[in-house]
Amino acid sequence: MSKRQFRAIGTGGWGRTLGAAVISLIYFFPVLFIILTAFKTRQDALSWPVKFVFAPTLSNFVSVFYRVSVEGGDAEATGFGLYFFNSMFIGGTSVLLALIIGTAAAYGFSRFPLRGNETYLFMILTTRMMPPIIAIIPIFVLFRIFGLSGTYVGIIALYTAFNLPFSIWMVKSFFDDLDRDIEDAARMDGSGEWRVFKKICLPQVYAGLAATFVFAVILTWNEFVFALLLSGTQTRTVPVQIVRTIGGSMGVDWGLLSALETLFIIPVVLVTFALQNQLLRGVTFGTIRR
Amino acid sequence: MTSSTPLPTPQAAIAAAPPARGARGFLGWLLAPERRGPLLITPAIVTLVLVNIFPLLWSYGLSFFSYNAKYINRPPRWNGLGNYADLFTDPEVWGRFQNTAVIVLGSVALQLVVGFLLALLFAKEFPLRRYLLMLVLAPMMLSLSAVGVFFRLFYEPTFGFIPRSVQTVHYWLTGVDEPFVILDTPVKATLAIIFADAWMWSPFVMLLVLAGLVSVPKYLYEAAEIDRASAWRRFSTITFPYIRSLLLLALLFRTIETFKIFDVPYVLTEGGPGTSTETISVYLFRVAFNYFRTGSASALGYIVLFGVIVLTSLYLYAIQFRGRASGE
Repeated sequence: MSKRQFRAIGTGGWGRTLGAAVISLIYFFPVLFIILTAFKTRQDALSWPVKFVFAPTLSNFVSVFYRVSVEGGDAEATGFGLYFFNSMFIGGTSVLLALIIGTAAAYGFSRFPLRGNETYLFMILTTRMMPPIIAIIPIFVLFRIFGLSGTYVGIIALYTAFNLPFSIWMVKSFFDDLDRDIEDAARMDGSGEWRVFKKICLPQVYAGLAATFVFAVILTWNEFVFALLLSGTQTRTVPVQIVRTIGGSMGVDWGLLSALETLFIIPVVLVTFALQNQLLRGVTFGTIRR
Repeated sequence: MTSSTPLPTPQAAIAAAPPARGARGFLGWLLAPERRGPLLITPAIVTLVLVNIFPLLWSYGLSFFSYNAKYINRPPRWNGLGNYADLFTDPEVWGRFQNTAVIVLGSVALQLVVGFLLALLFAKEFPLRRYLLMLVLAPMMLSLSAVGVFFRLFYEPTFGFIPRSVQTVHYWLTGVDEPFVILDTPVKATLAIIFADAWMWSPFVMLLVLAGLVSVPKYLYEAAEIDRASAWRRFSTITFPYIRSLLLLALLFRTIETFKIFDVPYVLTEGGPGTSTETISVYLFRVAFNYFRTGSASALGYIVLFGVIVLTSLYLYAIQFRGRASGE
């Protein structure tokens, strides 16, 4: 679990570093460009050639939360505080629920395989591969019938199920990686199954659970289609509001939009650094280890 | 695991273990060892059935009706196979599948090439490698809708970075200063989407190829060195066989995901110009939530789902194949 993922073959010197740095920066340029634009004044943002050296301003970030919507009026709250809270609250709660249910299932699949274990796992994976747009049609209808659209309960339930297949596969892969001998030794010494789980298996996968949690929170934080259709004005999440902001009639305010995007993506970029050893496992839903 | 109580002797453990927990009644029956597996997975299965499977069956039913989700109280009208028949004969649907296929082919091909080259670059250890790697991997973790917004800014005709750059270069070369518009023709708009999608997902391919590259046993290269095998021969007989299965996985996984592409065209081009970049998912969204032909959308959903299931089965087959091949 340590540094195996980015193991390398052979070594290159600083020459390769230079080449890789150039290419990485070109690759990362769009993200960098947005972050830089977020700190620019309106004139700087629109100037050509692009200014890389400029006097930074935080005004765009302020106007994400408070801005003048009517000419000559006072600055008003834009509601973005609420949307950020919603994104975090909905993401955090649903992932926590998915992780609790998913860890139990993962442990079951890993340690007490059923007849047809692989079939169940296959079915669970299929629900994740399914185009979300198909599930959403009936869910939309059901939410309307049961009055769940626009409520936290509805969207959290939906995201819990959305995160479940991912959590199960990911956590199962961590349980599968453990050395069974320790567990068997504990069983021989008379530990009950609950004790084996709680005292031996669980502590060994804490790091994996944390990685799964963070990964799933990112996926939920980024999710757009479900949120677009099923969240109401009070439960709206950040991606939906960003897309609504470009659609607005006031024209595109580059600095503002960049500031929004920056606030939205910076946590993800930072967390990616923290998650680096679990990236491969995460992006392939735990189907590929290492 | 540092418990202060002394460990029981083996004899005591054996004597104490199974019969001690002789709980009776329903709870005892429920917690019996043979029911541990089912018990642990039940909450997950129930959740998935309620939130995934049940709605899916519901929409299967709806696909045989004429129904409008806007008027939930109006009863659905039986339409038999009418929805399916209409869809199979509708040139619009066929056109959306074609749009999607072009984007899938272009984007997945570009991802494989770029991802492969990036992996070769990062295969060797060098100073600062891990940090530079993170810069390349970051796009993959971003939101699809955020990437749509990014590229909308970059492609924006008057101030966008890319049109401005092209305009400037064009001016240097020919002396003609004319604005360059990206999203105005079907071909350019499609390329714009392919570019954005490939930018986001090439790191994914890189990650898989890297995993393949490092799994090649070193002694094979050492042996090749002794045999003075050419670089091409080393690649084709040692490296490629090891990364082949992972490349296949990347290809299938990205094909499935790109086939479902929604956020990027929805945000970036809104399907335009005309309907030239309207993918099947965007079209499905329109049918379902703009025109509210819910029954018809459900039927189309099932047609798409069929495609995804075929691709997913191939993907899972490839995983198992790889598992067997590498003895995992």
